[in-house]
Amino acid sequence: MTTDSNKRGSKGDILLEMRNIEIDGFSDERWHDIVKGVDLTLRRGEVMGLIGESGAGKSTLGKAAMGYAQPGCRIKSGTIMFDGMDLMAATENEKRKLWGSRIAYVAQSAAASFNPAHRLVDQTVEATVDHGISDEAAAKKDAVDLYTALQLPDPENIGTRYPHQVSGGQLQRIMTAMAMSPRPDLIIFDEPTTALDVTTQVEVLVAMRDIVEQFNTAAIYITHDLAVVAQMADFIKVLRYGDEVEEAETRLMLSEPKEDYTKTLWSVRSLEKPEDKSDDIALSINNVDAAYGKSVKVLHDVTINIPRGRTVSVVGESGSGKSTTARVITGLLPPMTGNIVFNGEELPAALADRTKDQLRRIQMIYQMADTAMNPKQTVGEIIGRPLEFYHDMRGKQRDDRILELLEMIELDSSFIDRLPSELSGGQKQRICIARALAAEPEIIICDEVTSALDQIVQEGILKLLLRLQKEYGITYLFITHDIAVVTAISDEIVVMFQGKVVEQGLKSEILNPPFPEYTQLLLSSVPEMDPDWLTNLVDQRP
Amino acid sequence: MSEDGQNYSAAGEVAQVKLRRGRGERTWIALKKAPVSAWFGMIVIALYAFTAIFGPMLAPYGEAEIFAKADEPWAMLGGNPDHLFGTDQIGRDVFTRLIYGARNTIGIALITTLLSFLIGGTLGLVAAINRSWLDQLLSRAVDVLMSIPSLIFALMLLSIFGSSIPSLILIIAVLDSTRVFRLTRSVAANVVVMDYVEAARLRGEGMAWVMRKEILPNIMPPLVAEFGLRFSFVFLTIASLSFLGLGIQPPTADWGSMVRDGSRFIQFVAYDWTLALPSLLPAGAVALLTVAVNFVVDWFLHKTSGLRDDH
Repeated sequence: MTTDSNKRGSKGDILLEMRNIEIDGFSDERWHDIVKGVDLTLRRGEVMGLIGESGAGKSTLGKAAMGYAQPGCRIKSGTIMFDGMDLMAATENEKRKLWGSRIAYVAQSAAASFNPAHRLVDQTVEATVDHGISDEAAAKKDAVDLYTALQLPDPENIGTRYPHQVSGGQLQRIMTAMAMSPRPDLIIFDEPTTALDVTTQVEVLVAMRDIVEQFNTAAIYITHDLAVVAQMADFIKVLRYGDEVEEAETRLMLSEPKEDYTKTLWSVRSLEKPEDKSDDIALSINNVDAAYGKSVKVLHDVTINIPRGRTVSVVGESGSGKSTTARVITGLLPPMTGNIVFNGEELPAALADRTKDQLRRIQMIYQMADTAMNPKQTVGEIIGRPLEFYHDMRGKQRDDRILELLEMIELDSSFIDRLPSELSGGQKQRICIARALAAEPEIIICDEVTSALDQIVQEGILKLLLRLQKEYGITYLFITHDIAVVTAISDEIVVMFQGKVVEQGLKSEILNPPFPEYTQLLLSSVPEMDPDWLTNLVDQRP
Repeated sequence: MSEDGQNYSAAGEVAQVKLRRGRGERTWIALKKAPVSAWFGMIVIALYAFTAIFGPMLAPYGEAEIFAKADEPWAMLGGNPDHLFGTDQIGRDVFTRLIYGARNTIGIALITTLLSFLIGGTLGLVAAINRSWLDQLLSRAVDVLMSIPSLIFALMLLSIFGSSIPSLILIIAVLDSTRVFRLTRSVAANVVVMDYVEAARLRGEGMAWVMRKEILPNIMPPLVAEFGLRFSFVFLTIASLSFLGLGIQPPTADWGSMVRDGSRFIQFVAYDWTLALPSLLPAGAVALLTVAVNFVVDWFLHKTSGLRDDH
């Protein structure tokens, strides 16, 4: 690629300059600001991290760097200069020539971004060939080189497969190869690893970082995960509510953030509950095997003990059987063998055979608060139903109790007649917690309850859960893949892998050496704030 | 968070939240944005409803009242000014019968559609929730019913049970409920997998509650749209059955049989075009209502399906 690097000029020239960008979005019958006057300068070969909570406008700004506004949005004012070309003045046709040749975009969900009906290599080179950058044979040969550089297995032949025949992490790397194929000057990565497991994320991060470095490509890396951006970016820009909070070189930003908001982002991960041992077992799952249908066995001889008034976290990557364990406990999926003992008595395996009181004592909170609440019911109806159903409360008594519950989750009476669509993400999750509390349960199963939330909101929810546990002695079974959340909330930890329990023990035992092999891999894959973490990790691993 | 000197509060949290608006306010916004075609449809439907409800008060004569002069043309074409649209082949006032026809045809179609939604909707929901042998049984039964051409099937059943109004309503309702069943089952199947339905089941709620409170409110938009379309089809089916002589029986006025009564003059239209009017008028009434209902349904579907216009 020597000819290429001559063409693109040396690192340091300004490639992209955005001045005073204002973007509006149209929703719910009105226009409102998404981005309010942000400046952005990117030089050749540099990687910029764009970071912020959801709704901060980071994706919208990232897309605006291509001169693109998604349907329902418009770039109201500002200038976008890409390598001497004014993108605000450019016609659709001119911009389309740029996209997929000089500017490329890597989306969050690789699985949704590939056409399932075409072979991977054809999709990798499509833009390159279409834009006439090289002919098909040369582009395909180059694609194999890219696959090799991205450390994909069997780079010669992997391109002949279809999207469903490779794993999520491989697909994300192939998408990076697709973006890299025309040798663009600028790549925009929009949360490319958010949907991946930590163990897979590491491989993808390494691959992306190396290939961007190798071809001296400029990149904008959009994410909400600080630890990830610390590995990838040369400098970081923090956004909040569509405004820039601050921008600094990565190491500087990590060691001495200037603004209060940035500091809170950095400190969120410091929450930690002191562990507390207990031998009073509230619920235990004994030697459970479970399967979906008749053939696919998901759980193999799973035994978990949950002590009363404590938090047991179940960790593992997707497909490890965490959520299936929850389904077995709730009775949605009766186990093939083994049993569930609750307060010394064996629970009926199937949901239909359990008594109302048994159901009341075990409640569940879901990952997606959006889909866990009926969009047509108001907050009052959602929280009020378990009160009516389990405690036979009516009228005034019920309304008073709803207000009490709202107070417990730090919301006020004005929420009682709102619909879920009129709540923010954190508020929705709080309502789900209140619904579980309304039943006055002994155990609450939390299935990834914080993973769809922003850092600050996440911390609020975790604190709320801890306070409720202290005040009412509720037992939690906490299912998560986020180690920071695990440290924050648990007393005991269960590590699961491929449907088996790797180990169970107190937090201090599990998180400190000696580790079984899988726990070691899992723990070492969790990104740390140290910008050298990824480099060190790559050096350590064989 | 407050201990960190941050003014974070859960109640003050903002994100992409919809404004709080009452039901009335949202309806008004939707109506203001409705296209002309939808407004036209709504006005036409309102007029038909008005005619159907207040028919006897609006009509100048009795439903089956017979006057001396048969086949008298329109008043404006030189006929008797007492009969606006003239009289039919046995001397009944066409205008009066058109008004009564609105009441009978629309009324029967409405009852039939409601009944078919009651049957098809309930069974569809049961099948979607149950998902076992019951679902198989119902779905296959529906397949069998749908495999027989519905008009011919209806004709056969009507000749077995006789064409009284109750049997007409029941037969068409059952035949049409198969379509409603399929639609309800498929849209409900998407809602059944939602976490809030699982949450209700984990709470121990019975099937009736899950159907009525958790699923039904969330599948209303497609069902309402389908109701409009089904109504049009039922309406046309009744009109066609009446045309074939197996629908609503004389002397009850209805548009289908009016078209049939008028149609025997069609062959003489070459000599006197006004002879086409007795059949064209009721046919036009049927067509106009069908078009109006479809305009409204189109707009409603577009609005609720979440299709967004580019701004």
